[in-house]
Amino acid sequence: MNSIPLTHILFVSTALFCIGMYGLFTRRNMITMLMSIELMLNSVNINFVAFNKYLWPEKLDGIFFTLFIITIAAAEAAIAIAIIINLYRSHNSIDVEDATELKY
Amino acid sequence: MVTEFFILLKQELVITAIVFLLLFLKLGKDRSNESVLTIVNVLLFVNLAAGFFGNQEGTIFNDMFRTNSLIVFEKNILNLAFWLISLQSYAWLRTHKHVIEFYLLLLTSLLGMFFMISSGNLLMFYLGLEMSTIPLAAAANFDLAKRQSSEAAMKLIISSAFSSGLLLFGISLVYGVSGTLLFNEIPAHLSADPLHILAFILFFSGIAFKISAVPFHLWTADVYEGAPVAVTSFLSVVSKGAVLFVLVPILYRAFQPLAGTWYNILFVLALATIIIGNLFAIRQNNLKRFLAFSSIAQVGFILVGVSAGSPAGMASVVFFILVYVFSNLAAFGVISLVSALAGKENVTDYKGFYTTNPFLSWILTIALFSLAGVPPAAGFFGKFFLLIAGAARGNYWLISIAALNMVVSFYYYLRVVKAIFMDSNEQPISRITVPVLPKLSLYICLVGIILTGLASFVYDYIYSLSYGL
Repeated sequence: MNSIPLTHILFVSTALFCIGMYGLFTRRNMITMLMSIELMLNSVNINFVAFNKYLWPEKLDGIFFTLFIITIAAAEAAIAIAIIINLYRSHNSIDVEDATELKY
Repeated sequence: MVTEFFILLKQELVITAIVFLLLFLKLGKDRSNESVLTIVNVLLFVNLAAGFFGNQEGTIFNDMFRTNSLIVFEKNILNLAFWLISLQSYAWLRTHKHVIEFYLLLLTSLLGMFFMISSGNLLMFYLGLEMSTIPLAAAANFDLAKRQSSEAAMKLIISSAFSSGLLLFGISLVYGVSGTLLFNEIPAHLSADPLHILAFILFFSGIAFKISAVPFHLWTADVYEGAPVAVTSFLSVVSKGAVLFVLVPILYRAFQPLAGTWYNILFVLALATIIIGNLFAIRQNNLKRFLAFSSIAQVGFILVGVSAGSPAGMASVVFFILVYVFSNLAAFGVISLVSALAGKENVTDYKGFYTTNPFLSWILTIALFSLAGVPPAAGFFGKFFLLIAGAARGNYWLISIAALNMVVSFYYYLRVVKAIFMDSNEQPISRITVPVLPKLSLYICLVGIILTGLASFVYDYIYSLSYGL
């Protein structure tokens, strides 16, 4: 049953994390940036579930943590999208390059 | 058993009760802003006073939530700071449409911080951290019509979401190597293994974002400038203080086996934070940006104290944050009054401020002297204890560079004082009549700055509760 080794799963989750980080740094559309952050959080979820199943199967700490991360990611997205909508009303754009009121 | 549960959770329950009361107040008949503000301020004072009585030590929820005298004291500091901010924002909120929502957001955030400070488990810590930052992002957008405000909120939510991503990846690796999330069980599984160090660095980067230590400070100035002044003072005092309060026990207890590693990281971060915070503070003209960079520099000094790893280090951090609450809130109190009633926020606008507003000028000056660290004010003793605690590790380079930077900081603090007292101005800010509640808060800050500097029992009390590595 346990034919896929843990390292493969960790490789996938780390790759997802890096893709998310790369997307956050290179994309200029706020919705896409938000999606990149969700990608990072999901890679953490994979980590938790994999560690729980392979290394510490006697307790369910990791699974519970995953449930909370999903919930909080939803709350975060709700607030972030509300802020982006408000920003769109004042700037008429959701490109971060156009939000240039605050600079030193 | 049941009564113990209620006593241990007392401070959180009081805040939850206030949140529900405010919700019902919102649903009920329309009230004038003045009456709502009076009710809220009385409730917050009750909340502050209730924190001093009938406290117990103990843990509940299977060690997830713990409390002791030091944690209760830290929560009282945060309660006090929030009450002062609420008094100071009176002039701004009096004419605002959404008074109750403002308090709902900030009280929820405060509740999250309380759970974070009390956490004995990484899950509880993460929940508290998110509960404290998500409402803050909404609060930063509170001036809905202002472009700057929404931009600040966007920067805050994106950077805090990114930082919690880093933090979570760190936590997941800690879970992977130790199989537990409890702070007191983690140390048994940690060693100076590269994977453990990577986990710690990711975890610490997430925290460094929240306290705006230097490589992760870029959001701070923009958010502070764009957000309403009340939210800015909450961010710079309460939110930063809460994360620092929880950082110390996490480093000293949960990551104790990595003490050598985190000392080196703190060493670099503290130096970079102090130097860059100071250098950027010199060139600022907007007072909110100026205080943002000055608060970055202050965090650098706090990190010097944290790096000590001794009871003295912990005590000096808590004491400095108490002093910082008084001095920073005195400065923000004056700035928020001037911003709400005269609409000016630049250093150049403050030229000749003394000729029209001597009372506010003196408060701002004493606050800046305390932030800079001039001896009679409490800020001097705060920084002195931090540096002395840091010096106990024998790393004199760190301490001497930090001390030299205190001299640099005099330049930019005194530049504001010079503008207030010495520079002449054709049209100084006209005379401001200070409402009663903000005046009360300014007096409390003034007494706090002087009292914590002169009375040694405050530091002694904190020291008696602290512990080291």
